[in-house]
Amino acid sequence: MRGEVVVEARNLSMHFGGVKAVDRVNFNLWENELRCLIGPNGAGKSTFFKCLTGQLTPTAGDVVIRDFTATGRQPHEVARLGVGIKTQVPNLFDGLTVEENVLLSARKWHAATRARALTAATLERLRIGDIRHHLAGRLAHGQRQWVELGMVVAAEPWLVLLDEPAAGMTHEETERTAELIREINQTATMIVVEHDMQFIRMISSKVTVFHEGRILIEDNMDVVSADPRVREVYLGHRRQ
Amino acid sequence: MILGILFTVIAPQVLQLFAIINLTTIIALAILALSLALVWGYGGILCFGQTAFFGLGAYAYTIAAINFGGSTWAILVAVLVAAAFAALLGYFMFYGRVSDVYMAVITLTVTLILYSLLRRTSGPEYKIGKALLGGFNGVTSPPLNVPWNPSAILFPEHVFYAGMAALILSYVFCSWLVQTHFGRVSVAIRENELRAELIGYDIRFYKLALFTVGGAVAGVGGVIFCNGVGRVSPDVFSLHDAALTIIWVIVGGRGTLIGPVLGAFGLFYLTSFLGTQGVVNNNLVLGIILILFVLLVPRGIVPTLVRWWDRARARRMSQRRELRLRRRRGAGGVASEAAPGGGP
Amino acid sequence: MDLVVALTLQVVYGIAHLVLISLGLAIIFGMMRVINLAHGEFLMLGGYTVVVSTNHGVNLWVAMLILAPLVVGVIGIIVERALIQFLYGRMVDTLLATWGLSLLFIGLVTSIFGAQTGTTISPPLGAIRIGDYSMSTYELLLIVIAAVLSLAVFLVLRLTRLGLMARATMQSAEMAATLGVSTKRIYMITFGLGAAVSGLAGGLLAPLTGVLPTIGATYIAKAFITVISGGAAILAGTVSASVLLGGINGVMSYLTGPTIGEVALLVAAIVLLRLMPRGITGRYFRKSL
Repeated sequence: MRGEVVVEARNLSMHFGGVKAVDRVNFNLWENELRCLIGPNGAGKSTFFKCLTGQLTPTAGDVVIRDFTATGRQPHEVARLGVGIKTQVPNLFDGLTVEENVLLSARKWHAATRARALTAATLERLRIGDIRHHLAGRLAHGQRQWVELGMVVAAEPWLVLLDEPAAGMTHEETERTAELIREINQTATMIVVEHDMQFIRMISSKVTVFHEGRILIEDNMDVVSADPRVREVYLGHRRQ
Repeated sequence: MILGILFTVIAPQVLQLFAIINLTTIIALAILALSLALVWGYGGILCFGQTAFFGLGAYAYTIAAINFGGSTWAILVAVLVAAAFAALLGYFMFYGRVSDVYMAVITLTVTLILYSLLRRTSGPEYKIGKALLGGFNGVTSPPLNVPWNPSAILFPEHVFYAGMAALILSYVFCSWLVQTHFGRVSVAIRENELRAELIGYDIRFYKLALFTVGGAVAGVGGVIFCNGVGRVSPDVFSLHDAALTIIWVIVGGRGTLIGPVLGAFGLFYLTSFLGTQGVVNNNLVLGIILILFVLLVPRGIVPTLVRWWDRARARRMSQRRELRLRRRRGAGGVASEAAPGGGP
Repeated sequence: MDLVVALTLQVVYGIAHLVLISLGLAIIFGMMRVINLAHGEFLMLGGYTVVVSTNHGVNLWVAMLILAPLVVGVIGIIVERALIQFLYGRMVDTLLATWGLSLLFIGLVTSIFGAQTGTTISPPLGAIRIGDYSMSTYELLLIVIAAVLSLAVFLVLRLTRLGLMARATMQSAEMAATLGVSTKRIYMITFGLGAAVSGLAGGLLAPLTGVLPTIGATYIAKAFITVISGGAAILAGTVSASVLLGGINGVMSYLTGPTIGEVALLVAAIVLLRLMPRGITGRYFRKSL
């Protein structure tokens, strides 16, 4: 069950002026895990996420991805390690078609022919083949999330970081997304930042709870949801 | 492109000498427009000072030609100088992650600084090698000659051919470039920088490379310009010329290569016409055009025309489809069931 | 000793000059993130107001201190209502449209007044002596005016209700709107004020430089560099950038001549922006006005 540690955060802190968005976080992720980061708004999940991807340079501490010190690196350097990243608000090439979007991702890692084949396969796998010629900017929110997921998958990453993949989706779309994520987990290690408790139950076992910039508790979903501290932190949130 | 070749062949037969020389100047400006179409239209790099590379190419050619005594190597020097300057400026801006708007102001400032610097070079102490910089009067440019034969100077007609060749070649090159993987990535960067980065592309490098190529193309334009006008002066760096370059791209169409080229031709004739009639001031008209286009036709003429065309065609096609459906329904009940999307 | 004093005053004047030409632009940029490329023309219009009105007998000081800002302020409000308000949020389009506006003004003024001006006015107040050196008293006055103007802007922003509403809108327009602030009116007033300050500056500089329809272009580069280098904070940014760039320009000009001085200013600005892409107040003095 436990392989090596592939992502490690050591004493990671991110301060914005006086606000400690992330406060001395120590975090380990093992190979092939699917870990969910949860916590109320402002708990520091997305900030932590951005420190991992290189979008933010931490105020203190280190991020290590498989022996590579990723702290403060440029996002493209992190991506080139084989890390697939999906952002909180879907970032797509709005003026290009769905197919072109996915192709650009595939093409970064493979030559033209293989990239085209991979793109076609990915479009089928995510069942977005029928909108392949639509402009990304014109799509509905759920479809945009899938296109972005497609771009991530087409690069065949070994580490996948997803920020709120199910946000704004209908129930059917959420189920489909959960299915996809479980599928991806068969070949990749994953971190998923999410709010939706039901969605998290659909995909994972181990969960890390953030609160006020620190890790509150890290355990299986059942243990975590029964924990009184977590209940307190989520006061006002619907009891699961 | 076929039109371009036709035009090249026919024009000297039809037009007078003066018009041909004029045309050469316009061609140079069209190449400048092309460079900005590439850098801004395709790359999304908002450069308000493309004239800087154009002017540097012109000055570099002139100074080099005077010093070398012939034009062959001067052309190369000109393009290299323009490209090198673009690379340097680009490095500062892109690796410093300067954003859109700041970039526009910085590039505009650069061309204006070049303008004011070169205007002050009137005295005899300002020279590079044998070439006096000449201050606000500028320097007379040695004309193009047959490669490696400095005494065989080209006639204006041949200069025109050379200019058109340069324009066509540049256009072909740029068209090819935007189809390559490099070109597509540059477009993607224009669409969403963060996403391109997260896929793993080093956007700073891509932007720098595109910007340098754009600078080189502008430099080529500068070389042709010297030969069209006969001299180069600091006015080539002026605010007016920098504004014109932007206007060509906006009016002609951001996102196409041919649009700004046509825009350059069109606006040149428009402003010449206005200049001769003398009723309304040049700047006034240009300003109004710019404002109107930004407010009403932000994509420019060519893309808007293309969109109308597409929409008209789509309408025609759906009308034809309607017609076919109706015919089929009239022909038999069974067929109507099979008609896609059919129904009352 | 006299040399030091005279030199210092020259450098300080250079800084004050930058503050004067940049403050109006900074007000508009700091508030609305609008980069107004017609800024040079606001300065030019201020200058023309002064020249034309003094040619018709108006007192010089009235023309410079009252008429110029008034006229250009009104023009600013008209521009905001007629053009700028449709383009909020579209930074590139605003840039382009204001450039068009700049051309329009140049064309308009050229059509009405011709490409050269009739009479120019000479700077009032004569000169004072500092040992072996003399300096124009008028320039010294401008230093004082620049300081007073900066102070005035600071006081308005800090102490008046308008200033409070303006600062709130700057920080978060939506929030301010929910509190009942009419952001539209704030933008309009701010743009008008920025234009008025530019008009004032242009009017004050008219005796020193003369007026031409195209004179805006000589100011625009420096004003922009100063504002962009300064960053988002209106006063702190403009003043700090002016001090830094004006200081470098002044010192280099003394040491090597005005041409190199200009180059030094440009190089300094580029290096500055490379190190601090959001300007000085993007990193230091972030919470200041």
